[in-house]
Amino acid sequence: MATQHSRSAARFMMAPAVILLLGWMLVPLTMTLWFSFKKYLPLRGGDLGWVGFDNYVRFVSSSSFWPAVQATLVIVLGVLVVTVCLGVLLAILLDQPMWGQGVVRILVIAPFFVMPTVSALVWKNMFMDPVNGLFAHLWKAFGAEPISWLSEASLFSIILIVSWQWLPFATLILLTAIQSLDSEQLEAAEMDGAPVLKRFWYIILPHLSRAITVVVLIQTIFLLSIFAEIFVTTQGSFGTRTLTYLIYQRVLESQNVGLGSAGGVYAIILANIVAIFLMRIVGRNLDA
Amino acid sequence: MGRITLDNVTKSFGPVQVIPPLNLTIEDGEFTVFVGPSGCGKSTLLRLIAGLEDVSSGEIRIDRQDATHVPPAKRGLAMVFQSYALYPHMSVRRNIAFPLRMAKMDQAEIDRRVNSAAEVLNLGDYLDRRPGQLSGGQRQRVAIGRAIVREPAAFLFDEPLSNLDAALRVGMRLEISELHERLRTTMIYVTHDQVEAMTMADKIVVLRAGVIEQVGSPLELYRTPRNLFVAGFIGSPRMNLIEGPEAERRGAHTIGIRPEHIEVTEGPGAWSGTVGVAEHLGSDTFFHVHETGLAETITVRAGGEVGFDHGDRIHLTPREDLIHRFGADGLRFE
Amino acid sequence: MARSVTTNRKHANTVLAWGVGLLIFFPILWTILTSFKTEAQAIASPPVFLNFDWTLENYAIVQERSDYMRFLWNSVIIAGGSTLLGVIIAVPAAWSMAFVPSKRTKDILLWMLSTKMLPAVGVLYPIYLIFIRLGLLDSRVGLVIVIMLINLPIIVWMLYTYFREIPGEILEAARMDGATLREEILYVLTPMAIPGIASTILLNIILAWNEAFWTLNLTAARAAPLTAFIASYSSPEGLFYAKLSAASTMAIAPILILGWFSQKQLVRGLTFGAVK
Ligand SMILES: Nc1ncnc2c1ncn2[C@@H]1O[C@H](COP(=O)(O)OP(=O)(O)OP(=O)(O)O)[C@@H](O)[C@H]1O
Ligand SMILES: [Mg+2]
Repeated sequence: MATQHSRSAARFMMAPAVILLLGWMLVPLTMTLWFSFKKYLPLRGGDLGWVGFDNYVRFVSSSSFWPAVQATLVIVLGVLVVTVCLGVLLAILLDQPMWGQGVVRILVIAPFFVMPTVSALVWKNMFMDPVNGLFAHLWKAFGAEPISWLSEASLFSIILIVSWQWLPFATLILLTAIQSLDSEQLEAAEMDGAPVLKRFWYIILPHLSRAITVVVLIQTIFLLSIFAEIFVTTQGSFGTRTLTYLIYQRVLESQNVGLGSAGGVYAIILANIVAIFLMRIVGRNLDA
Repeated sequence: MGRITLDNVTKSFGPVQVIPPLNLTIEDGEFTVFVGPSGCGKSTLLRLIAGLEDVSSGEIRIDRQDATHVPPAKRGLAMVFQSYALYPHMSVRRNIAFPLRMAKMDQAEIDRRVNSAAEVLNLGDYLDRRPGQLSGGQRQRVAIGRAIVREPAAFLFDEPLSNLDAALRVGMRLEISELHERLRTTMIYVTHDQVEAMTMADKIVVLRAGVIEQVGSPLELYRTPRNLFVAGFIGSPRMNLIEGPEAERRGAHTIGIRPEHIEVTEGPGAWSGTVGVAEHLGSDTFFHVHETGLAETITVRAGGEVGFDHGDRIHLTPREDLIHRFGADGLRFE
Repeated sequence: MARSVTTNRKHANTVLAWGVGLLIFFPILWTILTSFKTEAQAIASPPVFLNFDWTLENYAIVQERSDYMRFLWNSVIIAGGSTLLGVIIAVPAAWSMAFVPSKRTKDILLWMLSTKMLPAVGVLYPIYLIFIRLGLLDSRVGLVIVIMLINLPIIVWMLYTYFREIPGEILEAARMDGATLREEILYVLTPMAIPGIASTILLNIILAWNEAFWTLNLTAARAAPLTAFIASYSSPEGLFYAKLSAASTMAIAPILILGWFSQKQLVRGLTFGAVK
């Protein structure tokens, strides 16, 4: 199905998408690179000339860098652990025969469709508020002192909010993977007298390994750039300033564009490292 | 009018040349069948003629006009695909009318042609159904209907019957032949079923690895195959090919004798052997004979009443006048 | 005996799954309930669950005070516009990749997907600057374009996977039947791919509706969609729980409903086919 004519038509029809995405990628990327080698302070004198790798050095040697790396790692890893572990359990549960499976599925998936600003605000005010939040009421009911969640347990709170948003995604994908597991294999194992835990460990988990990898990779990419959840809750204070948020502050709040851009380049490199692994898996599946 | 000429046509996919330079003329009104083993380039050749693939070099002429670079829609050819390729979202009526709508024909003329095609193909009762609600044979008729309404210069069929069961295949084979008798339009028909080839064709083109081995009428190919490949390919069961002293005695490198041209007797004969498998078809019996000293197996076709069985010792006598002789180069000579 | 064991197990599963399901859904349920309370009831101690005087006044007040409809309209325009524009650009591209594949098709597709992984914050300032220069800051057009671009890879990808399921012979038949490329796509491919195209549109409307980096950073008053509108509650106004809940409920309700239709597409669209 390929004549010269259809091939040139194909090139022509692919052009808009390719050109747009190429522009979308190259133009800002080039500008970020350009700024990253400049001392550029739009509100305090503008372009102050080339500074070589100064910004790159200053970005990593600033006192906020390592805490930001730490916050990012804690949040990303925390959310990954929570969503993958609960996701596996939940997927197995949802795969069991039960009444009202469809409705339960809908209940579990719902958080994914809540816009990030809404979920962050609802959690912040209606659950984690130290005076009127539901958690405060719950704590008081048990005679405990209410906790000011977002300042005293800030990272934990962010992890909780973000995990709630991403758990449906992990569950749904793992559920899809579990459903492709040959049930005869499980039944055979059951006949052989393999106990539940053994069945889980030797049959279900290996079967899920690829889906888990995909969940981890995709979530990592999205989690590295979470923004709204922090923007409307802590604004980066109480140790919740992630790399993304740090760069955002450098660029838009303190308008130190050079420094922020150097940070941006780091973020891009980081994301690409994860993306390479993901694209390998996707690419292999495209061939099949 | 549909005289189609291929002039030194070649086709390569990347570095692989699937069709080496090939010349062929299909006369107007002729029913031409392409046969050959799987992967020999039959579909490719058909798609080159249709314009769905570009030739790598050479020229295709339709009615003496150069059509090499004419897009498929403009070649005035209609194609019936192996998978039928009906539009699943359109009713049968709209499927058949589609090429006419594309040609911006007026509605009254479209209706007239669709109705007459439906009548010819017995589709009248199904016009408002979707393809998904039809049987395989009915779908195939819709595909043919879609081809005939355009009144094309030639029809191209790519293994149109291979998705049908055996009984239906025989019926459709007759219908297509009848259609050709009525329309007298050029038809090119690809198949790897040599029974279809023999029964339908005015002219058979035998292909191997993109090369034309022989072109001729079914009987020409049966009676005078040009070489060993055609001899082995045309005719069922296959021709027996024998090398060695028996061939040398007749001045050939290889001799060929068709199963139906060997006589089986209990008593004396030219050759002898042991019956391996005897296939009783009722009307005919096929014997697969071993231990003849000629070839691994000699296949013989005898009447249904001949009653030898596994392990019987029998004698075989070929009809000398129907033995084909082939040289060391594989070519047949008289 | 065996039968009752399995029914028992089914009972247990049902109870457990519903318990977990309701727990996960609870924040949304609570928000919806609170939106019907008065402000006093919303912060009552101990909290009231169902036994309160249901009222719609919060919805009225939110609309009245903050011109909710304008934000909603912005969200609709941005989500709908970016998705439609994206589909219009992506259909021809996906056609090319699915039906005229070449050696480079796979690379182009992977490259497109990889642009989706570009961290937004890395290009925030350049985009910001370009937007100022072009006068696109705080404009719906600007956001439609940006959101279209960040979702274009997913749209192309999804359409590609749906198109690949359509046999090429049918399109070839159309070509033999005299259809031009435009007619082939319009009359044959698109109608056959309608379910796939609809799923693609659905998922991308959801993604665009909830997008909260560019909408927060590139809008102010005029073009702000619901994401930004809700974010404005993060300051003192957030203490009005009932109104916050009403606003939130209105912001998530439409997409929650769409989302429930799109579970299957979610897996296909967001895993790029890495999980089947
Ligand atoms: N698009 C393509 N790209 C590369 N090689 C191709 C392509 N199409 C066909 N070929 C190769 O060309 C050769 C001829 O293929 P073709 O489909 O014409 O065979 P055929 O005679 O129709 O076989 P069959 O009886 O199995 O349908 C095969 O070796 C095939 O692998
Ligand atoms: Mg073929």
